[in-house]
Amino acid sequence: MAKKILEVRDLTVGFPREHGLLKATDHVSFSIEEGQTLCIVGESGSGKSVTSMAIMRLIDYAGGIIAEGKITFDGEELTTKKQSEMNRIRGERLAMIFQDPMSALNPVFSVGDQIAESLRIHKGMNAKDAWNKAVEMLKLVGIPEAEIRAKQYPFEMSGGMCQRVVIAMALACDPELIIADEPTTALDVTIQAQILDLLRRLKRELRTATLLITHDMGVAAEMADRIAVMYAGTIVEEGTVDEVFRTPRHPYTVGLLRSIPRLEEEPGSELYTIQGSIPGIGELPQGCRFHPRCPHAMSRCFIEEPSLLAAKGKEGHRAACWLEGIPEVSTR
Amino acid sequence: MTEPYLVEAKELKKYFPIKKGLLGRVVGHVKAVDNVNFGVRPGETFGLVGESGCGKSTLGRVMLHLQKATGGEVRFEGRDIQQAGPKELRALREEMQIIFQDPMGSLNPRFLIRDLIGEPLRLHRKMSASDIDDRVIELMNLVGLDVNRRNRYPHEFSGGQRQRIGIARAIALNPKFIVADESVSALDVSVQSQVLNLMMKLQKELGLTYLFIAHGLNVVRHISNRVGVMYLGKLVEVAPADELFARPGHPYTKALMSAIPQPSPGQKRDRIMLQGEVPSPVNPPSGCRFHPRCPYAQDRCRTEEPLPQPIGFDREVACHFPLTVDL
Repeated sequence: MAKKILEVRDLTVGFPREHGLLKATDHVSFSIEEGQTLCIVGESGSGKSVTSMAIMRLIDYAGGIIAEGKITFDGEELTTKKQSEMNRIRGERLAMIFQDPMSALNPVFSVGDQIAESLRIHKGMNAKDAWNKAVEMLKLVGIPEAEIRAKQYPFEMSGGMCQRVVIAMALACDPELIIADEPTTALDVTIQAQILDLLRRLKRELRTATLLITHDMGVAAEMADRIAVMYAGTIVEEGTVDEVFRTPRHPYTVGLLRSIPRLEEEPGSELYTIQGSIPGIGELPQGCRFHPRCPHAMSRCFIEEPSLLAAKGKEGHRAACWLEGIPEVSTR
Repeated sequence: MTEPYLVEAKELKKYFPIKKGLLGRVVGHVKAVDNVNFGVRPGETFGLVGESGCGKSTLGRVMLHLQKATGGEVRFEGRDIQQAGPKELRALREEMQIIFQDPMGSLNPRFLIRDLIGEPLRLHRKMSASDIDDRVIELMNLVGLDVNRRNRYPHEFSGGQRQRIGIARAIALNPKFIVADESVSALDVSVQSQVLNLMMKLQKELGLTYLFIAHGLNVVRHISNRVGVMYLGKLVEVAPADELFARPGHPYTKALMSAIPQPSPGQKRDRIMLQGEVPSPVNPPSGCRFHPRCPYAQDRCRTEEPLPQPIGFDREVACHFPLTVDL
């Protein structure tokens, strides 16, 4: 078995309030192996970004706390680390690509300087070597005329170019894990296609483990080896990309896949919908969190919360649902 | 043959001046909409797609006369709405409405829901308070909102429900024509399909005509009868939705469609990866505006601007070498 780069166990992240802890994620567990891309998909408020912030330990700055659970990164426990220790890990061994490249870059430094900075800090390179490596990184991510571009400032670049710079910066120190939170959501489709293509090429060449967070099932289908579907703070289904897309087990996954208008569908026909809306973290229902919206809800679902269990004969394909076999598990 | 249009753009232009210096000298123009011709037929949904900055939202606004056109005409039921006087324009406003992308940004946070939905009625109709209340309840039922919540504020509603409030406001005056500007783009997929179903239902029941502006192509194909593709202020292709998606005529249309990630893992697709980015609309490229990114560009494309030409029934494409026609 391949080496586990990241292992998250029972991660519960919350925001302390007067009347107690407001839980954004509840006992979330998953792991990522070397060279693997795990995609966490979910709608807004599902806790996917909070999970990534917790792994980076940036949640501390957002007013959240890790209430429970373990985050093991390459054998090291991150939940107990001091921020000063995290500073050495973040940016070097654990890199992040954010949604909005414009705000992820410092507007008053040239992009070359910003990439070189992390090389000087983490790798102890001198200014000249760091600059040369920065230019090399810009070439790697497909920026033409990298020597000239390195001297430019973020405002002189388009959104797609800025995202390439952010990716170059993330890769500069040769990290063991990249966390990409909605890396293409702010971009236009043709630019998104370019960036996804770049990420796929880098994945093939560098074999860096990646945690990709997205709300777009299409992006997940194109990028992921494994998929974890989050709903209202918990993982409701996890499996390989084929398992989740072809034989989904959780009614929420089925609903998500069916709600997307597909190119082969009859135009103008009524679209499948999941009734109701996602509950806020302060107003979670009892029992299974999805039961008020679930077309298959049974009396048990109202009372007991199901845990994430593997399917018969399929160790890696887990779902949190009381139904044994969901009727009509079809994405059409 | 083709029906008369409900709304029609004729050689429509919208330029934004770029001003520089203390005196506000005009140094150039952003040609957001440049010589666009198209029409929307009664009862149909016309989808308008393109990337950010292509001018699709500006075109939507100019069609409603929310922004004044720089040149050309917008005809609503045959009348040029730019020639309309203030009184006539006010009457026209009742017929033409808009649904915005961000429902939170378009709803006054200090208004109750009943006041928000009743606002167009108060402004345009001489109705008594109780008649307005009755109509608000009717509208809330129509768009699937809980009428018991009419004394609440917008922030107490979810994104999908806020969009329903926006739709209720838009249909309050029984308009004929609605511009939906990215009206489902900000919503999560499970909620997006609810709002799309609602829009299709209302169209059938109320006989609405939509100009549906979006960048999500799957959504546009599903809801539209015909689709127009915009690139840098120009309409490069207009075609019935199914035809456009089955056999795109313009290379840009094909590239745009092949770029959407599909939720079917392992599916092999004929993808055109576009190089570079959308050029600035201040200095658009010579000839065909798409030529610097077009994989099929030839010398003629660099010098001569292609004009829209019919290809097949009810289709037009502005390309010297359209993909569906063998030359």
